[in-house]
Amino acid sequence: MREPIKYLLAVVSLGLALWVVYLIATTLPLEVVNVGAYQNIYFHVGSFATAFSGFFLGLAASLLYLKTGNFKYDSFAAGVNEIALLFATVGLAMGSIWGRYAWGIWWDWDPRLTSMLLCWLVYAGYLMMRGSVDEPSTRARLSAVLSIFGCLLVGFVYKSIDWFRTQHPPAVFAFRGGGGMGPGMDYPIMIAWGSTLCLGILLAMVRMEQAEMSREIDALRREVHTY
Amino acid sequence: MYFRQLWTIAAKDLRSEWRTREAVNASLAFSITILVLFSIAFDPDNPDIKADLLSAGLLWMVYSFAAALALSRTFARELQNDCLDALLAAPIPASALYLGKLLGNFILLLAIEVISLGAFSFLYNVKVAAHFWQLLLTIALGTWAMAAMGTFFSALTVNLRLRELMLPVFIYPALVPALLASISLTDGLLHGIPLSVNDGAVKILVSFDIIFTSLAVLLIDIVLVG
Repeated sequence: MREPIKYLLAVVSLGLALWVVYLIATTLPLEVVNVGAYQNIYFHVGSFATAFSGFFLGLAASLLYLKTGNFKYDSFAAGVNEIALLFATVGLAMGSIWGRYAWGIWWDWDPRLTSMLLCWLVYAGYLMMRGSVDEPSTRARLSAVLSIFGCLLVGFVYKSIDWFRTQHPPAVFAFRGGGGMGPGMDYPIMIAWGSTLCLGILLAMVRMEQAEMSREIDALRREVHTY
Repeated sequence: MYFRQLWTIAAKDLRSEWRTREAVNASLAFSITILVLFSIAFDPDNPDIKADLLSAGLLWMVYSFAAALALSRTFARELQNDCLDALLAAPIPASALYLGKLLGNFILLLAIEVISLGAFSFLYNVKVAAHFWQLLLTIALGTWAMAAMGTFFSALTVNLRLRELMLPVFIYPALVPALLASISLTDGLLHGIPLSVNDGAVKILVSFDIIFTSLAVLLIDIVLVG
């Protein structure tokens, strides 16, 4: 049942990604100063938008787990947070490549970058903690709590651009007065976001199935041990 | 009633600390060791290094290292003789247990920090007297943030394998907004700038304390009891 959806997501994701590449190659303004490295902004912003969507979905799933106690939500939170961490890594890597050309350095201890790295560390800690608890219900409970904490920290990350002085360009997506992209550059970012989002959903689905399967295997193993 | 329960827990922790002095001795020795290590990392006598610009950050690094050492035992030490189960079975809410432990840790950390502030001032020739009470207020606000986070994550990691290793992984990233604000306030105070000038950082620090303490109180029941 789920297989056709996965293939569809893969095709849509690839198609949208190719569309962005086509737009970059043909119509979008080239930034001459930064020698083409600027073009990865579309996937840089798209990846972070997908990562943050994932962290918020993870929060929702964690709250649902705490409310219902259904392990499906725990598997969903685990899958979605892991894939969000992957896209945060991609976004950081692309930003770093851009920074090499625009600022001349791979990394800068700008508040925006620092807080994003911290957010990355919090969710890496989330995954490490999942690995170090054996008992499924304890693991689910503690990771749900950690996901809520992590998400609040993501909120701090999101506002950090206003609180501290920063040399990072202003946030593209904001509740009020976002933007700062050149004319005609908004919609390729949306397409890139759509592409990474489809890929993210696909990967999260796979991880969720694996998590459910491993829980099933664990349960079966326990049943065998009782005999 | 609630406050008496809270104080009972805090007093119990402080009494047991007073009798053994385990955490205080270890944390103080550790703080002084770190102060010595910093003098090796950079040469404080070298005029190019401008040690007075580093001193606020250095002080808070010492505090946060000592805090992680002292706080990691908050709940772990209740595992012996199944004390944690007894505490959870006692007729007090989990939030009173958390806040009591937080208060005990807060007082303990403040005591450690005031002593290491003296050692710091003595070893690095830093004048702390100019705005002493404001400095103490800043240290108290920053310490509340460290104690609140540390106590909460100590409860969260108490049942984990490798809990001593996992705790720093969680608390340092989570503490950075509070540490940033504390360092910038302390840096100002050591250079004669009062808190009223730096009110943005004061607001960040106070709101961090309020937000994360409330969140911990809301979630502690799920963490400890389930």
